[in-house]
Amino acid sequence: MTEFMAIFASAVQQLLSGDPLIWHIVGVSFSVSLSAILIASLPALLISFSLAYYHFPGRWVIISLVNSLLGIPTVVVGLLLYLLLSHSGPLGELQLLFTRPAMVIGQVLLCFPLLVAMSLVAFQAADQRVLETARTLGATRLQAFLTLLYEVRFALIAAVIAGFGRIIAEVGCAMMVGGNILHHTRNITTAIALETGKGEFVQGIALGVVLLMVALMLNVSLGWIQSRTRVLQQL
Amino acid sequence: MFPVLPRRHDVLLVILLVCTVMTTSSTLARESIKLAITTSTYHSGLMDILLAEFAKTDDLAVQLLAVGTGRALTMARNGDVDVVMTHAPTAEARFVKQGYGIDPRNVMYNDFVIVGPASDPAVIDGLDDVSEALSRIHNTQQRFISRGDDSGTHKKEVSLWQEIGKTPVYSDYLESGRGMGHTLQMAGELASYTMTDRGSWLAMADNSPLRLLVEGDKKLRNPYKIILVNPEKHPHVRIANARRFRDWLVSDIGQAAINDFQINGQILFYSASTPIP
Repeated sequence: MTEFMAIFASAVQQLLSGDPLIWHIVGVSFSVSLSAILIASLPALLISFSLAYYHFPGRWVIISLVNSLLGIPTVVVGLLLYLLLSHSGPLGELQLLFTRPAMVIGQVLLCFPLLVAMSLVAFQAADQRVLETARTLGATRLQAFLTLLYEVRFALIAAVIAGFGRIIAEVGCAMMVGGNILHHTRNITTAIALETGKGEFVQGIALGVVLLMVALMLNVSLGWIQSRTRVLQQL
Repeated sequence: MFPVLPRRHDVLLVILLVCTVMTTSSTLARESIKLAITTSTYHSGLMDILLAEFAKTDDLAVQLLAVGTGRALTMARNGDVDVVMTHAPTAEARFVKQGYGIDPRNVMYNDFVIVGPASDPAVIDGLDDVSEALSRIHNTQQRFISRGDDSGTHKKEVSLWQEIGKTPVYSDYLESGRGMGHTLQMAGELASYTMTDRGSWLAMADNSPLRLLVEGDKKLRNPYKIILVNPEKHPHVRIANARRFRDWLVSDIGQAAINDFQINGQILFYSASTPIP
């Protein structure tokens, strides 16, 4: 137990000392995962809206597919993407393997089903009359849609945060298509995998602490936005 | 009225801006190559030292992918890296013969050792015959952790079992399927025997409950080669840059840097030209 505490203490110390290597690794994680979530969010939103409000043939097939994809192992996504992007694969000409754009693509694929599934639930739970009411009050289609988004904003934010949580914490796909190259594609999770492999537990814990702090910040800020909005509504 | 939230737009803008800055600042391209190496050379810290030395005279960025030998050669075969450094003579020879690799050069060597629990239940401590040691482990069915990942170390271990005509299939023969560092940790936690390259062992010996038991058999030699990916198979490989790094590595300066690398006063890798001690 004392050894555990000692490792933890020196991890915090290492973080605070501003080791540029650690912060570069953290930067890779954030730039990749933020890019991925930004790219994935809007299409996922539109698809889940269509699934919730338009009843077209094959709708349930798509919903079942999305729900099944929630459980796909990250390393499988990584492997499929690897085979696509490998120079001997169909998209090899793009020369994307072992680059950050490849990691972004992988993470877009990973968070997409989660975003769609959670937004779909949000839209389905919303009062179906919001759209009609907005339209009868003279709103354009776009305005009505935006009003609906506003109504379910917390659930949508929660979906984005959950999606972000999945991809910033995943290691399998980033390792496969990123390759864990120092100063290039090494992110928090692949670095943890490497450091634990070397027996450098302190470094691993330090990076784990960063991930925990990110999770904490996300949840605190979500809670803060929610509570602030409630206060505003009461005024 | 439709709710407008300027503040949140600002937040979004800032996030976008940060993202753009982060992605652009670090992709300012220097010339680079991708080099697939084995975990044993990377985990020991050797490559960090070599690349720091290389960077003193050359601004070529060498991007390292640390994987097992099997995967390194597959990456090279698919044209996903420019150059490989591995330690599996038979697989390397096949790789070159099939035309995927050209110009193999000896870079360095070290040796494999057998480590195990201090209690040494198979009584192999001090043996200088690895076949005898493995036979005793097999006969007494002691717990042995194999890499099981088609790495150079794993290939070597398999060939040693074959040589003594024994198939290591018993309940305490386990395959970790992971790199050398993980496997040594696992062997330590489970008080097992395992075979490791000396470099990985020295890098972890201080924190390991295991002891070095068998060393010095000629059969345990572990040579590393650097091989360029054939540009005729994969025209996109950066052959000139790969050759530039390769030439540096086998030059006197590169070779001296290999010999200078020590952990706790012990040399981990000997340059290719060093006579066998």
